[in-house]
Amino acid sequence: MANKAVLTGTYFMNGDYACCEGALASGCRFFAGYPITPATEIAERMSRRLPELGGIYIQMEDEIASMAAILGASWGGVKAMTSTSGPGFSLMMENIGFGICTETPCVICNVQRAGPSTGLPTLVGQGDMMQARWGSHGHYEIIALCPSSVQEMFDFTIRAFNLSEQYRIPVIIMADEVIGHMNERIVIPPEAEIELVERRKPAAPPGDYLPYHPDADWVAPMANCGDGYRIHITGLTHDERGYPVMDADTQAQMVNRLIQKIQSNRDTIIRTENIYLDDAEVVVVAYGISARSAKQAVREARACGVRAGLIKLETVWPFPEKLIRDVATRVRALIMPEINAGQMVLEVERCAGGACPVKLVSHFGGSIIHPRTILDAIKDSIKIKGK
Amino acid sequence: MTTKKARETLPQHPMETLLRSERLPHIWCSGCGIGTVLGSVMAAIQKSGYDQDKIAVVSGIGCTARMAGYIRLDSFHTTHGRAIPFATGLKLARPEIKVLVISGDGDLLAIGGNHFIHAARRNIDITVICVNNLNYGMTGGQLGPSTPFGAKTTTSNSGCPEEPFNFCYLASACGAVYVARWTTLHIRRVTNSITEAMQKRGFGFVEVLAPCPTSFGRRNKIGNALDTLKFYHERSVIRNDIDPKDAPMDFSSHIVLGKFVDTERPTFIDNYQQACRGQMSDWPDIGSKVTPGNQAGQ
Repeated sequence: MANKAVLTGTYFMNGDYACCEGALASGCRFFAGYPITPATEIAERMSRRLPELGGIYIQMEDEIASMAAILGASWGGVKAMTSTSGPGFSLMMENIGFGICTETPCVICNVQRAGPSTGLPTLVGQGDMMQARWGSHGHYEIIALCPSSVQEMFDFTIRAFNLSEQYRIPVIIMADEVIGHMNERIVIPPEAEIELVERRKPAAPPGDYLPYHPDADWVAPMANCGDGYRIHITGLTHDERGYPVMDADTQAQMVNRLIQKIQSNRDTIIRTENIYLDDAEVVVVAYGISARSAKQAVREARACGVRAGLIKLETVWPFPEKLIRDVATRVRALIMPEINAGQMVLEVERCAGGACPVKLVSHFGGSIIHPRTILDAIKDSIKIKGK
Repeated sequence: MTTKKARETLPQHPMETLLRSERLPHIWCSGCGIGTVLGSVMAAIQKSGYDQDKIAVVSGIGCTARMAGYIRLDSFHTTHGRAIPFATGLKLARPEIKVLVISGDGDLLAIGGNHFIHAARRNIDITVICVNNLNYGMTGGQLGPSTPFGAKTTTSNSGCPEEPFNFCYLASACGAVYVARWTTLHIRRVTNSITEAMQKRGFGFVEVLAPCPTSFGRRNKIGNALDTLKFYHERSVIRNDIDPKDAPMDFSSHIVLGKFVDTERPTFIDNYQQACRGQMSDWPDIGSKVTPGNQAGQ
């Protein structure tokens, strides 16, 4: 493991380490963080790997400072990330909102544990899903990805950096304790095979550049600090010059664009893995570690002759509304297992719109959902009158 | 003459290139001291001779924090209290950029107090300028970490029940390599101190006491802006090089000003280079072998 950013090869590695390697392969050279179980291993590996790659690891005084520091580093033109878990994620919320409002690319990995509060620090949970969507104040769109294997921790971290650079937005990796701590086979591809996206630079000279004047895709090119553009960046409602303007029209324009740049690009942002969907009469919608349980349950159901299918949400925010709406019209039931008291299931219900029953398989945290529990739910659903 | 016509006919202001003049008039109240500090900051930037494309201003939230919006430099008006950690990330990512943090006393030392002490401890190479107006001005004059004991604010109607921080003592104790305190009456000294702090490697801290006639002055006997400046004139005592712990701001007798700290110490990057990219000996690095004869307590 000499001085290399991309450790091409096959490894047996835990998810936290894989996240770290994905970040380094993406060109991340700044990490600010604060120790917290079960995300600590990301920081630990970063502290070892970054200095030798010419990057900076800094352990801040808290998660608020960590989040602020990565935003500062990003404006310095360096790809930056932090990692945390529930309590730290809560502390980051205000500055995540600042990152959204100022359109600052960066990546946050939340290795979820069970809450509320200190909860079960060493045990799995998926209770921060709505916090990822709505945790910062005001209205905005966010991008969140949900890995369900160590390989996906690597792959999705690269995707998170690419999406953050492309859409100028903090991207959240919503991992969980099991994915973070589980050791699995991972293949790190050759550097040449890893596609990277870099933030779009302004084409206009400093005098003519408007920091928040978007291109056709609703995203504005980004000048970094020190590039000679003398930008002004504020979390106040601002116009295309980046200057604060305190009125309803500017607010409408700014918020609309923050929403449109994600919503109008949703088809490229949203990814799901669909298994046995074509002929499925019961479909499980799942994400993270629960998608692993679900996959096993769906296979077992198929072995019993039940036509079950799986939608594994790789992108959880923005939510794949169209797909769920479409599938809901042609199945007996949708089933959602999640390690919380029912969060993403609200989205599934909303999109199903009553077209089919939506059943929640809930677990409050501390262990994964057993595939058998999901299998039972699938079998129960078969009894529902078909379409 | 209309403002527009005046702009066309009058000669350019000497600070024009450093001001976002299209954003004027500014939001500060009549008699506020922040504009004076802005003048000093711009003068110091010109005096320092640094490439202005490589200077960034970072602020938090509050009246002083709005300064970032008026300076024609890369400028970041961040969240309340978080200017220093934002600046830390920016500086470490782009070491060639000179980073100034300019914010108020409440922003830097109440909500941002934890970041302040840790950035000083790490000796992050940034210059922190604190405009201290003894209260939260933007929200209408509440007590803050600098409000003197007994002073009236909207949240201490019968007098502030808390003791304030001595910011310079705090900065010095936490490891700042440059510490100075002035008032907006001492413009030349403010400018010099900001210039010196910018030219220094490491965490520099310049505190500038400023009148806030609207929110603070009128509720206390300190009065309007002119009265406040007269008060500074009467009560200020310059004591350079003394330990800032002996430099309190006692408004009933003397306000001690001066350049208190001007020293050298490795910056975060210096230490990072040695510890993380170089050869670091084992910790603790005990020089000579401890023998029973020279052990403490024997």
